[in-house]
Amino acid sequence: MSQFAINVLFVGASFALYIGIAIWAKAGSTKDFYVAGGGVHPVTNGMAIGADWMSAASFISMAGLIAAGGYANSTFLMGWTGGYVLLAMLLAPYLRKFGKFTVPEFIGDRFYSKTARMVAVVCLIVASVTYVIGQMAGAGVAFSRFLEVDATTGLIIAAVVVFFYSVLGGMKGITYTQVAQYIVLIIAYTIPAVFISLELTGNPVPPLGLFSDHSASGEPLLAKLNEVVTALGFNAYTAMVDNKLNMVLFTLSLMIGTAGLPHVIMRFFTVPKVADARWSAGWALVFIGLLYLTAPAVASMARLNLVTTIYPDMAGQVENYDAAAENSIAYADRPNWIRTWEETGLITFQDKNDDGKIEFYNPAADFSDRGWAGNELQVNNDILVLANPEIANLPGWVVGLIAAGGLAAALSTAAGLLLAISSAISHDLIKGAINPRITERGELMAARISMSVAIVVATYLGANPPGFAAQVVALAFGIAAASLFPVLMMGIFSTRVNNKGAIAGMLAGLIFTLVYIFVYKGWFFIPGTNNLPDTVDHWVLGISPLSIGAVGAVINFAVAYLVSNATEEPPQEIQDLVQSVRYPKGAGGAVDH
Amino acid sequence: MSQEKANAEAYWKANLRLITGCLIVWALVSYGFAILLRPLLAGIPVGGTDLGFWFAQQGSILVFIGLIFFYAWKMNRLDKQFELGE
Repeated sequence: MSQFAINVLFVGASFALYIGIAIWAKAGSTKDFYVAGGGVHPVTNGMAIGADWMSAASFISMAGLIAAGGYANSTFLMGWTGGYVLLAMLLAPYLRKFGKFTVPEFIGDRFYSKTARMVAVVCLIVASVTYVIGQMAGAGVAFSRFLEVDATTGLIIAAVVVFFYSVLGGMKGITYTQVAQYIVLIIAYTIPAVFISLELTGNPVPPLGLFSDHSASGEPLLAKLNEVVTALGFNAYTAMVDNKLNMVLFTLSLMIGTAGLPHVIMRFFTVPKVADARWSAGWALVFIGLLYLTAPAVASMARLNLVTTIYPDMAGQVENYDAAAENSIAYADRPNWIRTWEETGLITFQDKNDDGKIEFYNPAADFSDRGWAGNELQVNNDILVLANPEIANLPGWVVGLIAAGGLAAALSTAAGLLLAISSAISHDLIKGAINPRITERGELMAARISMSVAIVVATYLGANPPGFAAQVVALAFGIAAASLFPVLMMGIFSTRVNNKGAIAGMLAGLIFTLVYIFVYKGWFFIPGTNNLPDTVDHWVLGISPLSIGAVGAVINFAVAYLVSNATEEPPQEIQDLVQSVRYPKGAGGAVDH
Repeated sequence: MSQEKANAEAYWKANLRLITGCLIVWALVSYGFAILLRPLLAGIPVGGTDLGFWFAQQGSILVFIGLIFFYAWKMNRLDKQFELGE
């Protein structure tokens, strides 16, 4: 069977499974649609959160980022997992006790203000829309590489599938498809990793292989990797980072942002009890951890494999790295996977010194003494996970599995985000502000229509991604960290913060964060409109625009505290509400009144 | 009524103490061991590198998972002890 037929089979079978689940889990009420009827088991919910959370970025891009940055990019590993500790202790159980459908609804009720609710709706929609574009674009890449259709056709196929199970089933359909998607994506991610770990270290468990000895050289894998990459002029893989303040703030922004993203918080409304919300956060992190513990192993091993493919003499015990570097492979003898990826343009080669061989090294380093005239091979970070099975010479069905896994990661996250967007529109905007008397059937219809519109918009933006697509992730996390997380936390842990404080805090955190990002990245990401160059010399105290969300959150807390203390206390019934969310006793299912 | 209120306050204080303890560990392994204190731990070798690197790429995630389950288990006991569970 050809590779193409295998890929079609795997992707087709996984899509058929999702559609089957959708028909089985059709939503009959708004409660089904928004919170899956409120009866999801914590382990099931944990798995669904895992799929919801792990996007195309986690599945496709993260290992590539770590491979390229080494220790410095550990921030992604800690940031995208540490947020769950905050969720489990500071938000999830109390918001579950509160027992409503959406995040803006809590903010509106707790701060007795429609304005606060609308600010939250805007933050939610901007954060979720920017995030969903990346998922659709990621799905497009997976389609065009594995199914040999153009990205737009692929996107439309993906959109029809998502449409089917999310519009029909709402949260209920999404939850059970996400469980299936989690299983597909984790198998797809770990199988190639196990084989590569076995091949390089003899240890079948990738996270253990990472800290084991490299079979071919007998040295520890990471020590070997350091030698190999420094011989090519790169920074050592495990090198320390000088700008520690920025590293701390970036990790903190990712953690707070993770905890403040509404599509993840919403998932905690689906479990029957407060205790289940705590357990499901733990299970979610177990399921997420399976991938996040494998990713750094994939990263270091793929980086080593890539270098030793080009410089075969570096693979074993090496006396003289300069001599090993002289003997790189000829371009004509390159392996098949390099040829395949050259077709997509994600690997490019240019023979700068016309010797017919590939020289791959840090472009900033000077190796003219070796007769090198510049780095000749450009490798896009994003291909690392997708090319992994081919680099390790694994059978064709593993490649098909990776295709299905990448699509599962992208589509599950997209569906969660689309649900957050549509519920904000139908529940917070239409029912909460425009037409409070809408019937249950009317609201369900509104939710389905807004979901459909969101899918069409996301598909369009995925097919025509705005030039700033890569940068908007910073925006999504910045907004969630600087605006939503602090007010949610204060709403639970303070009885004193009032409506004025919350609105002032949200706006101050949001505006500060947006301005700092726009000053360096361009106003509304329009190229050329940035006021300062986006380099470390121009950043205030060396803080990158990607790390500013944590500072925005601190500003939000401070402003809300000061303004609240200068104005009147919240009314007694609000203080009673805060007291009631703190104790699990008396929690019913998520209700709508 | 006031006894009930005192009980609820004691529960909330116990919860806050537990959260504070957990978050100290949370910050220590990630911002501490993995980033700020890494140079101090550089002398402790782990699989070809140092302990700080291990915490940054593996240890912190394992500690996070442990922390959440520990917190959930402790809170379920507090819920029962103060009779404030569901």
